[in-house]
Parts: sequence; C-alpha cells; structure tokens
Amino acid sequence: MHFHKYEKIWLSFGIVSLIVFLSVVGVSAFSQNHTPSGGMDTIDPEKVNETAPFDNPGVTQLDEDTYQVAIVALAFGYNAPDLRVPAGKEIIFKVTSTDVVHSFTIDNTKVNMMVVPGRVTTKSYTFEKPGKYLILCNEYCGTGHHMMSAEIEVY
Amino acid sequence: MDKKQSDHDVNLKGTLVSVFFVGIVIVAMWVAVYLMYVAR
Amino acid sequence: MIAQPERKIALWHLGVAYTAFLIGTLMGVLQVFIRNDALQLPAWLDYYQILTAHGVLLALIYTTFFIFAFFITGMSKSLGSFGPKVRLYSWVGLWVTLLGTVMATVMIIAGEASVLYTFYAPMKANGFYYVGLALVIVGTWISSFALVGHYMVWRRNNKGQLSPLFAFMTVTTIILWIIACLGVVATVLFQYIPWAFGWTDTINVELSRSLFWYFGHPLVYFWLLPAYIAWYTIVPKLLGVKVFSDSLARLAFVLFILFSIPVGFHHQLTEPGISNFWKFLQVVLTFMVIVPSLMTAFSMFATFEISGRKKGGTGLFGWFKKLPWRDIRFTSIFIAMAFFIPGGAGGIINASFQLNEVVHNTLWIVGHFHITVGTPVAMTFMGLTFWLIPYLTGRRFTKRMQRLGFVQIITWSIGMLLMSTAQHVLGLMGAPRRTAYSGYNDHPSAMEWFDGIISNHVTMAIGGTILFLSAMILMYIVIMTMFVSPKAEMPEQRVEFPLAESDMSHTPKWLENWWIWIGIAAALIIIAYAIPLTHMIQHAPPGSKGFITW
Repeated sequence: MHFHKYEKIWLSFGIVSLIVFLSVVGVSAFSQNHTPSGGMDTIDPEKVNETAPFDNPGVTQLDEDTYQVAIVALAFGYNAPDLRVPAGKEIIFKVTSTDVVHSFTIDNTKVNMMVVPGRVTTKSYTFEKPGKYLILCNEYCGTGHHMMSAEIEVY
Repeated sequence: MDKKQSDHDVNLKGTLVSVFFVGIVIVAMWVAVYLMYVAR
Repeated sequence: MIAQPERKIALWHLGVAYTAFLIGTLMGVLQVFIRNDALQLPAWLDYYQILTAHGVLLALIYTTFFIFAFFITGMSKSLGSFGPKVRLYSWVGLWVTLLGTVMATVMIIAGEASVLYTFYAPMKANGFYYVGLALVIVGTWISSFALVGHYMVWRRNNKGQLSPLFAFMTVTTIILWIIACLGVVATVLFQYIPWAFGWTDTINVELSRSLFWYFGHPLVYFWLLPAYIAWYTIVPKLLGVKVFSDSLARLAFVLFILFSIPVGFHHQLTEPGISNFWKFLQVVLTFMVIVPSLMTAFSMFATFEISGRKKGGTGLFGWFKKLPWRDIRFTSIFIAMAFFIPGGAGGIINASFQLNEVVHNTLWIVGHFHITVGTPVAMTFMGLTFWLIPYLTGRRFTKRMQRLGFVQIITWSIGMLLMSTAQHVLGLMGAPRRTAYSGYNDHPSAMEWFDGIISNHVTMAIGGTILFLSAMILMYIVIMTMFVSPKAEMPEQRVEFPLAESDMSHTPKWLENWWIWIGIAAALIIIAYAIPLTHMIQHAPPGSKGFITW
C-alpha cells in the first residue's frame, strides 16, 4: 500500500481538521454545558397530565435565576399556557408528548428539541433579547403538522 | 524501488491544489455554521 | 457484451427503477407548487401522501433497482456469465422486491401510510405498508446473495487471486447493506408488524427510532458506494487511464464497512433516551467515515490530472482543459462529483454534535440530501444510464441522444442549484422541513424566512420545475435507448461498458479477507450500540399505542 506524498499531506490536513472540529464541539459541549437537548427521564405517555411537572404546564420559577417551562406537545399544538419568561435568566424547558413524535423548536435559538412519547426532553437556554419568538414543530406528526405552532414572549 | 521511481514521475501539483480547495470549502462552511450556533 | 439472460434481468431492474423515477419526480414537482400555495390538491390527495411517495419511490426504490441493474451488469462483465442458480435467484430477488414495492405504494396511494419513508412510530400505518417494506429488504437480500454466490464461484475457480476491482467493490457494498438491514428488519419484524396488526398493544418508540437509524445512515452509503464504484472504475476508462491506485481504492471501501454503520445516533442528536456520551461517541465514529471520502477526492483529482497531462496539458491546471468535456458520460459524473463537495461538507456540519441544533429537521437537511443522494448519486446514475441501457439493448446512443443528455444534465444541475441553495438558506434561518404550505399565521419570523432573494418559495418552485423538465428529458432518453433507437450494427456503433484497468500487482491480499472487516465492523457496532440499546429496552417507559394522525 503506497500513498503519494501529496495524498499524505492532504489526508493529514483533513484528519487534523476533523480532530479540531471534534475538539471544538466536544470541549464546548462538555465543559461549557452546550450539549444538545436530551435527557434520560421517562414518563407514562398515557398519564402525562397527572405526572409532575406536566400536571401543571407552563412557567415555574425555581429560584432567583432559574425558571422551568413544562410543555405538553400533542397533535397539533402545545399545551403551554401563558409562555412569558425573562431575558438573561436560565430557562429549563421540559417537553413530552401524549401521542406521536413532535419537536419543540424556538425560532432563532438553540432550542430544537425532539419530543418522544414516553420520554422527557430537557434543554437549558438563556434568552438574550426580549421579543416574541415563534415556536414550531419540525418533526412530521400528521395532517396538521404545518399548523402546529405557538409563541413565547421574552421580557 | 521502481514504485518510488514512478511516484516521482507523477506530477500531482494540480491535484494537491484542488483537494485543498475542497478542504477550504469544508472548513469555511463548518466555521460559518459554528459561528451561527454561537450567536444563537 | 454480457450474456443475454443477465441483460434481461438488468433491463427489468432499470425498467422498474425508471418507472419509480417517473412517479417520484412528478410527486416532487407537485410539492414545490403546494408549498408555493400555487396548487390546491383534490380532497382525496394529501401533501404528506405525496411526500411519502416521493421519498419512498426515489430514495428507496429508484436507487435500489438501479444499483442492482448496475451490479448485475458489472458482475457479469467482470466475473463472467452467471450460472443457472445465480440467474434464478436474481429473478426471484427482483420479483420479491417489486412485490414489496407495489404493496407499499398501494398503501401510500390508499392513504393508509402517510408516514413518510422514515415511518416513525407511534404513527401507525396499515400493516401491509410495513410488510411491503420488509419484502423490499428481503428481495434485495435474495439478489445480494445471488451476486455473492456468483463471486464465491469465481473465487473458487481463481484461488489465491484478488478479484477484479468492480467485483470487490460490489461485494463490499453488499456486505454493508446486509449488516445495515439487520436494524430495520429487527424493528419492522419484531416491533412494527406485530403492533400494526394488533398482536401487541404498544411499541417502544425510542428503540424503534434507534434501530431505524442504525439502518438509516448506512443506507445512504448503500446509495453512495455504487456511485463511488463508477467514479473509481468507470471514470478512468472514459479518461483513457488506469485506476489511480487499486489498493487505496479497496482500502477506502473497506473503511466504509467499518465506519458507516455505528453512526446512526448522529440522526438522533437532539432527542431523549440516549446519553450524551453515546451520542458523542457515534459523532466521533461518524467523523472516521469522512476519511475514505477524503481519499476518494484525492484519487479523483489525481485521475483527472494524470489523464490531462498524458493528453498534453501543462502547468498547474492545464490538464483540466484536456478532460473529455464533450463526452456526456464523463461530464455528468464530473458535475455529480462537484455537487458532492458542498454536500459532503454539509454532512460534516450535520454530524457535529450540538451544531446539529441549528439545522436539525430544517429545510437545510432537505437541501443537504438533494445535493448528496439527489445529485451526486442520482446524476452519477444518470451518467451511467446513458450507456448502460444501450449497452444492454444493443442499440445506439445517437448524437441526438447525446445532445439531449447534455440538456438533461445541465437542467438538472441548474434546477438543483436553485432549489437546494434556497433550501439550505431557508433552513439556516429556521424554516422547518416536511411541511405543506404554511405561514404560521403570518408570524413575522416566518414571513422573514421567505423574504430573501434566494430564500423564497419562488426560487424553490422554479428549481423544482426545471428539475421536473430535466427528469422528463431523461425519461425520453431512457425510453428511446430502451425501445426505439436504431440497433448498433457496425462494431463502432456499439456502446461499450467502460471498465478501467486496475493494476493489482501492489495490492495486499489481506484487503480481500472479508472476515477481518466483518469482524471489526461487528466489534465497532457492539461498542457503539450494545449498552445504549440495552438501556432502552431495560429502562423502557410504558409503550405507545398507535396513532393515525393523517
């Protein structure tokens, strides 16, 4: 097996670039808590409305600097009353579904969460700018998929 | 030995420049989306 | 020319492939008009039905049938005529795959399966949709084993020899395909079918998604590798040179067996039920599978440069002008390769762990697979079609058809450039994928997306329309070369199978020791999947009932 000199240069460049990419995302993810949404919590998809925190969906202040937002996704909308959260504070989103797979995606933010029945998806995010943000479902969920949206107000 | 010889005969300078063009596209696109990610 | 029975089998595959292509591209053009609010479907037809048909018929059926047509022809060409058993099982494979295709398509048309080609549970389609898809897989396995059988006969008769490059690469692709299908077969057989027919009440959703994506990513390599086979073994012949490096070509292919499978979690980076450790591990493995593509890029440019210099090209880029640009068989594949540069780069972004949050399930992804499978793969297949059909029918590829071929390839390129660029930009702005027309109640953010020079519905619709015209030109060429064009009577009119010579004298024998590669692949799969999948089963939440939400 023989590599041309230039191929060695090219592959070295390529592999080093890939290592740099991985290091950048890896360090940022695991040392600065920039991991994508996820979580290992489970829930009975038929008892969502009786299970905390989804028995009381909406915004709850946890402490001075932290808010929790519980949302139930269902075809074709979100059970999430009165979504108003402050800018500059950590917002922990917890989302689950009572029927099929959805997403909970807030436009122009890093919040892009898959919502799987039987699972609770968690994502922490801090809004910087006040305004009204569009929430939408970007995982196909049925006839009304393109109508599934909501709004969150950041003050 | 003759393998090395033939290797020297092959001029692949254009190839080297071309693949680095590919490399630059990859790095530029990746950095652009990374910056978008950071800004969000 | 290869033996008559193989020609017939291959032509039947091509016939099915292009029937699927015709319907699939029609579904595509309907979509861009619905999204543009320029078209209202009749009540009995739904956007998501059309979207399902588009995905299944183009991504699964067109590709699969074309790939087997190419493999059957190439294996007969490089290893010799098929024996009676290989022929028989190639036919059986064709019919089983076709039966499955028809079954799944009927369910989609009947409105019983508007679940898209990813069929995520707990949306529950008619059980026969899943049976149809299972039959498609089983059919391809039968065809695969027929080809492997043919290869094994050759190995027995040629002890101690490396097989021809085309055969080696075909077997690599088939091994990858068989291992990949295990995931989807497991979920369809043990989860979807019992649940869809009511034998079980609920389904473990996260497990079904993970098993699907265990299959879903190597699936894209099942599409890509046949295109790479053409790049490695056909293109040099069109350029009048040998394969750049036989051993590196084979090495690149075995790396695909190793690294294209344990990577499915990179499609599930933003979902619950998989811990960050396992997601990141598979991200790292995904990055490994980029390396053989980097090797391929080098081999291709080197092939071009060596050929161009041989023809008198000088200086840094003089060779570029000496490439056979007037040969549509080459130009089509060259453009296909060029599309793969941003296509592959986009793929690296998608797999970059948290960067996936920017693009996941946005139109960017749609743009991405249209400049990976939709152009680099599909246009390579088109470039092969131009000579493959006349080669098999013994007809001529006339000057007129060659000119039409150029029109077809150029229109496809322009249409795809417009459509996919619009989709990439829209996706980065946040516009979701897989949606019918929607302005989200005229929300200002949604209005903003479609307000750009490139990022608007019109660009996408124009692109889609040009693509459809291009597809119809291709259909015309297919029908002409299959049934109408004059027979090649003079030897110089005959269309050849352009298979390049490959110097195997420096290729190490261990590259063709399949058990090494299958063994390492199995080990990597176990490392990447055993613990997270076991966790999904042992710590499963109560399962989900089925929902019909369309």
